[in-house]
Amino acid sequence: MAQNQAKQAYAAGAHPDLPPPVRTTGPVGWIRANLLSSPLNITLTLLSAWLLWSIVPPVLNWALFDAIWSATDRKDCWAQMDEPRAGACWAFIRGSFRLFIYGWYPEPERWRVNVAFVLLLLAIVGVLRDNLPGKKYWLWFAVAFPFIGAWLIVGGFGLTPVGTQKLGGILLTVIIGVTGITFSLPLGIALALGRRSKLPALRAVCVIFIEFIRGVPLITLLFVASTMLTYFLPPGSTFDLLMRVLIMVTLFSAAYIAEVVRGGLQGLSSGQYEAADSLGLTYWKAHRLIILPQALKISIPGIVNTFIGLYKDSVLVLIIGMMDILGLGRARLNDPDWLGLAPELYLFIALFFFLCCFSMARYSLSLEKKLETGHAQ
Amino acid sequence: MAQTPPSTPNFLLRLWRNEGSRGVIIQIVTMVVLFALIAAIARNVVVNLAEVGKEFSFGFLVWPAAYDIGFSPFIEYTNQSTHLRAAVVGLLNTLLVAVCGCVLASVLGFALGIMRLSSNWLVSKISYVFVEFVRNVPVLIHILAIYSLVVTLLPPAKKAIDVGAGAFFLSNRGFYTPSPVFEPGAGLVGIAIILAIVIAVVFRRWAKRVQDQTGKAYPVFWISAAIIIALPGIAFLAAGMPLSWDIPALKGFNFKGGMAIKPEFLALCLALSYYTACFISEIVRAGILAISRGQSEAAHALGLQNNRTLQLIVIPQALRVIVPPLCSQYLNLTKNSSLAIAIGYMDITATIGGISLMQTGKEMETMIIVMGVYLVISLIISSFMNWFNQRIKLTER
Repeated sequence: MAQNQAKQAYAAGAHPDLPPPVRTTGPVGWIRANLLSSPLNITLTLLSAWLLWSIVPPVLNWALFDAIWSATDRKDCWAQMDEPRAGACWAFIRGSFRLFIYGWYPEPERWRVNVAFVLLLLAIVGVLRDNLPGKKYWLWFAVAFPFIGAWLIVGGFGLTPVGTQKLGGILLTVIIGVTGITFSLPLGIALALGRRSKLPALRAVCVIFIEFIRGVPLITLLFVASTMLTYFLPPGSTFDLLMRVLIMVTLFSAAYIAEVVRGGLQGLSSGQYEAADSLGLTYWKAHRLIILPQALKISIPGIVNTFIGLYKDSVLVLIIGMMDILGLGRARLNDPDWLGLAPELYLFIALFFFLCCFSMARYSLSLEKKLETGHAQ
Repeated sequence: MAQTPPSTPNFLLRLWRNEGSRGVIIQIVTMVVLFALIAAIARNVVVNLAEVGKEFSFGFLVWPAAYDIGFSPFIEYTNQSTHLRAAVVGLLNTLLVAVCGCVLASVLGFALGIMRLSSNWLVSKISYVFVEFVRNVPVLIHILAIYSLVVTLLPPAKKAIDVGAGAFFLSNRGFYTPSPVFEPGAGLVGIAIILAIVIAVVFRRWAKRVQDQTGKAYPVFWISAAIIIALPGIAFLAAGMPLSWDIPALKGFNFKGGMAIKPEFLALCLALSYYTACFISEIVRAGILAISRGQSEAAHALGLQNNRTLQLIVIPQALRVIVPPLCSQYLNLTKNSSLAIAIGYMDITATIGGISLMQTGKEMETMIIVMGVYLVISLIISSFMNWFNQRIKLTER
């Protein structure tokens, strides 16, 4: 009755909006909806909170609050802590940081590596940003970069030559990653086209190559590169180990890219091919102007995933004795001064890879979203 | 209007301009180049091998291997055994870690995928952070990190952690569990298990037929479960409990008796499975999201209960999306198990492709064997995938 009377005080439709109930909006409402909506949810929330409480504070304490940042060796590190091994000894990573980045690259020539890194960043920005002035020239620069970078790092043509056995650490990881990515894309596209070709012999060759590479682990291919490949070459000729590894890594990821691109090619409707044919375009013109731009657009997420895989797989070279960042790190672990600091090392390397790969993955995701709106009608 | 006479290009040019003959030419040229390349490589191999005084033969397989393999749970192996036997031990170890890894990865992956879809914000975010961190770090780092954690953090055998009832111990030498010892009469229980499974399958078929004809439904799951538990149980009691446990006990510096799960195996299996689980969780999530809401709403409208909806409508359709990429994850896990060599777990790559290669210097032969084995495994898994795809397709309208 009382409610009815209150309602009557307003003309029809003139009642001011009441604020929503406090329990359904704001932080309280959010917590009720997302954490405490049912008995099961309450249990799950409590369990998760307990899990976080038992993992996060100890890890943070170890990695940040009790960690030591400068020390001469591990004994010194532990002496600075309340009790030995209570915290991380980041002094180990700090002390070897330059080694981890440059490997054994000769000290006076390291500016070349820095220049190469800067140029790499420029090339990446040039490829990724759409609205740069002179986009075409940026792309040409990106295509030329692997060769410029190779010249800067290996030397020759006016620069002091540096042997490839001196390369190591993050530098080596990036070299393998960048070379693999640049060369496996065109090769992968060619293989995909070959696999979809109308010519049976060409198709068979591509299928056998792709399926063989995808059927064996990368590590066996690297073994082949390190032990067996010299038998395949004319007697007396030798071949740089890094070069052999780069070829194998490129072939490996090209096979995976080929499958991704094939997926993209199959995703196109046959109308596109027919339209190209009816315009009288030749095979190459049709692919360059009509088929590939669309197929590659569809397969970008898959291609980026393959690149991420390649970048992560580059650490396998440690098994054939090359000193990438993981190999160097493990070598440093054997240093008597820093014995037994494996957790610090692995966490550091894991974070390095996480940063690289996660940003690639986020970029691919944003690209996917951008392309999706382009397709929406 | 004077018509220009049709140009008559020479014969070769005409061949090239005809699409059919051009295809033939391109293929012939490809094959010639390819075979020339293969021939050149073969010649180089022969010359190079002769130069270092090696011959291409698989005879080394019957030589004694002369190295130890610390982990050979299935067949006898001593350092007097042949390289062939070492390869078989390696293959079995690869398969063991692959199967264990796939099972663990599936369980964990489905759990993570469902957690990610949970309406509980905290649960979903925990799954997200874990998945993103793990899958963006190379699997080799996971393997090495877990192995170093197992070896450095766990106590030595003398101070092993007793994780359960004085029968399960965890130390840096491995995880020790009791092992079953079968006594005479255990065969009866085995037969009973097989018999129970056969009866359950037959019963299931019969129940389905009855339901198709009359609509009468039996609680198939509960009855089958009862058969599978009860029949072997009765057989076990009837045979006089022919099973005892060999419990590990500390003798000197190490444990004797029981089953030892080596730290290498533990680390490899764990790292491979949680790494792969992160990829599987994304696949599962995508698979479940791919089933439109209308499907389960329609099922509810037909009066199906929640679990029947899941069982009859959602899961069969989601599986169609999930299984193909799931199989390729299994394949990846199997191939990644070759990283065992980094921590000294003796799989096929580490035995025949590692130590045997070093000892005999037979690079070509050993690599051919290792690659052949992986290719065969890949072919088996992908043919299973094709078979499953076909089967699933048939259920479509």
